Amino acid sequence: MELGQILSSLRRNKAAVALITLQIAVTLAVLCNGLFIIQQQTRLSRSPSGVQDEAGVFIITNQWVGSSSDGAAREQSDLAALRGLPQVEDATVSVDHPLGGAFMGEGITVNPSDPKSGAFTMVYPVDGHAIHTLGLKLIAGRNFRPEEVVVRNGFGQPAASLAGAIVTEAVARQLAPDGKVLGRIATMIPDGTRVPIIGIVERLQSTPLAGDAPLAAQSILLPYLWSDSQIFYIVRAKPGQFASATTAARNALYGISRDRIVIGIQSFAEARRDAYRSARGVALIMGVISAILLSVTAFGIFGLTNYWVSQRTRYIGIRRALGATRGTILRYFQSEILLITVVGSILGVSLALAANFWMLRSIALTRLPPTFLIVGVIGVFALGQLAVLWPALRGSWISPALATRSV
Amino acid sequence: MLGYYFHLAVRSLRRNLALTLLAIAVIGVGTGASMSMLTILRAASGDPIPEKSTQLFTPQIDNFGPQPGAPPQGQDELPTSLTYTDAVALMQARGPVQQAAMYPAKVTIIASGTRELPLQGQALATDSGFFPMFDVPFEYGGAWSRGEDKDHAPVVVLAHAFNDRLFGGANSVGRSLMIDGKQYRIIGVTGTWQPSPHFYDLGINSSYSSVDQLYLPFTRAIDEQLQTSGGLSCDNNGPGKGWSTLLHSNCVWINIWVELPRAGDAAKYKANLRNYAAEQRHQGRVNWPPHVALRDVMRWLDYNHVVPAPVRTLTNVSYAILLVCIFNAAGLLLSKFMTHAASVGVRRALGATRSAIFAQYLMEAGVIGLAGGLIGIGLTKLGLVSCRSALAQDLSVLTRLGSSDMAIAFAMAIAAALVAGLYPTWRATRVPPGLQLKAL
Repeated sequence: MELGQILSSLRRNKAAVALITLQIAVTLAVLCNGLFIIQQQTRLSRSPSGVQDEAGVFIITNQWVGSSSDGAAREQSDLAALRGLPQVEDATVSVDHPLGGAFMGEGITVNPSDPKSGAFTMVYPVDGHAIHTLGLKLIAGRNFRPEEVVVRNGFGQPAASLAGAIVTEAVARQLAPDGKVLGRIATMIPDGTRVPIIGIVERLQSTPLAGDAPLAAQSILLPYLWSDSQIFYIVRAKPGQFASATTAARNALYGISRDRIVIGIQSFAEARRDAYRSARGVALIMGVISAILLSVTAFGIFGLTNYWVSQRTRYIGIRRALGATRGTILRYFQSEILLITVVGSILGVSLALAANFWMLRSIALTRLPPTFLIVGVIGVFALGQLAVLWPALRGSWISPALATRSV
Repeated sequence: MLGYYFHLAVRSLRRNLALTLLAIAVIGVGTGASMSMLTILRAASGDPIPEKSTQLFTPQIDNFGPQPGAPPQGQDELPTSLTYTDAVALMQARGPVQQAAMYPAKVTIIASGTRELPLQGQALATDSGFFPMFDVPFEYGGAWSRGEDKDHAPVVVLAHAFNDRLFGGANSVGRSLMIDGKQYRIIGVTGTWQPSPHFYDLGINSSYSSVDQLYLPFTRAIDEQLQTSGGLSCDNNGPGKGWSTLLHSNCVWINIWVELPRAGDAAKYKANLRNYAAEQRHQGRVNWPPHVALRDVMRWLDYNHVVPAPVRTLTNVSYAILLVCIFNAAGLLLSKFMTHAASVGVRRALGATRSAIFAQYLMEAGVIGLAGGLIGIGLTKLGLVSCRSALAQDLSVLTRLGSSDMAIAFAMAIAAALVAGLYPTWRATRVPPGLQLKAL
């Protein structure tokens, strides 16, 4: 290779070369971290809720009008009506759902003498229909029996005991490292309610607000109906009857009583879109920013090499006259940019790691995996070669006869 | 002389038109990208009540102490709201010019004769001091009085948009509303007033879009047992059974804001706050040393991490675009200026000083920045429109381009072009006089 020649010509254009190198370095740094953020945010927006077939299950947000002292009885008649609809597979009620924004937090431990033991969890007060309606995967133990479900109205004195708790696998592993907690008696904190663990479900998200923190997988189902002024009916439609099921459900509820506001009906798929809109937005904006950056840098490389080709027209003509082939000229410009990209990449990788280190401290992001560095480096190499292709080709087409003219 | 250079610069734009246009476009793209994100960041971290933000304070008291199992709290281990007991006690303070306790509540509303079905409203239970303290404008009627606070009066103030929705914008003062089954008299309708961020009630997950639709007297809301729709954190004893137990429990759910306009007021208030906390220890309500805080509006927003982390990250990333664009423009200007080397040589030979050449070419860079700024503002608008559809609902209110943002965009574009032009200009001044004449 004509490394000596390339180096000496680059030395004559120190400033321009430095500018392109810096552009490549910054582009690489942003590209690596940008791709990483896109991957993280996309994964976050797809985090499993535990609900099977999210598009087939809908949430009815119901607000009672007036006193809710007999709320539990009203909920029971609503649920009976919903379950009786021909388009409905099953229905249940809760104060929140795995893609909602509220959070009813309580601690649970199987070792109450140790204040540091146990897990902070999201409590879903539900009946025995929750597992079927949501399509949760029960991996051990059993579901609640109808007689185990009790009623608690508004702010009530915590129950001394409940018939059973169903925990997620994540909670089980927090309570005991081997996850074998079936049959153990747990204590709820702060209530002090004592409850045997009767079942373990694979996954049930606590709240999307938890992001990808461990808390997101820490949920407990408890067998009681908590009547609040605002509650959620969760309804699974029969396959293919989603639209008619939502209409029928709304009519059925207003048919029973108009002392309510059906604030909204949406499927879990829609709730997911709302809950993670921000994450998807960040991924999208990051993608656009990366694309802009790549094209600006590509134009920069293109502009500079194009200028160099014009500047060196005579020189290229002379080299061609002295026997250099088109391929030699083409490869000359390609190697020139390759060399610049190598230096830019070394700088860029260090910048990318520094930026990642800074982001680790500012937003909760894990360390940049080397894959992204490799992808980024391949990206800028491809970018450099793509951008130089036209100017280099143009250079290779310069006729040897040019050398004979005195410009 | 500068006017002449400006004239020269504008004429020179036409030379190497392709390079000039590229440089303008590059500066425009850099400015547009950074300004889109910076506008959102500025709005997100903006001052919701600029005239008064340094005079408004919110107190915090450590109610939970160093107990195991206490709910998650702020970074200094203080709960972000107060118990009912403390809120009522602190409202007896005499220092503040205005003060108000407040908590949000979701209520059901039936406006007689307007709609068949009841609807849901977001209410704020607060005191009469709220309105003068936050300079809330009124379209019809006015706020309730301190007397009505004391009388637990069933009165309600509607927010402008909610009055539009219920009564089509008509003067509804004097009409009545059923709120959670009880009759209230409308005594005022506010003008358009929507501080962003919604600093006095930050909500659980939306600090920007939360909107109050109606305001009720705090005392009345407590009588009517309106539950908070905001956060409710309790210590190991829980909320207990029933409403009065909740009021006397150690659960936090109420915030207080106080107006302390004079310099020493805040320190005095904080000392009183500490005394109050110490007194609670003497009375045996708590058994840990007093731990209190008093933050003004901006410190409160900062303390609550109101600006979403992704907005900060994206803004920093967009600065990287600007940086790359500056490097890029510098390369372009270098090529452009160096093709003028001959004319620089002539001017130098005719007696122009280096500083004259410097001023002339920097002016040219500045003109490119000016043109880039125009493109940048256009791209910023485009960027904000795209961000509006991409971001969460509660952030979309932040995508408004104000005149100060436009001024910043211009300044940013010109500064970027000048920085980019610095080295190429310096190179131009190094062209030796007369040397180029030979080649001509």
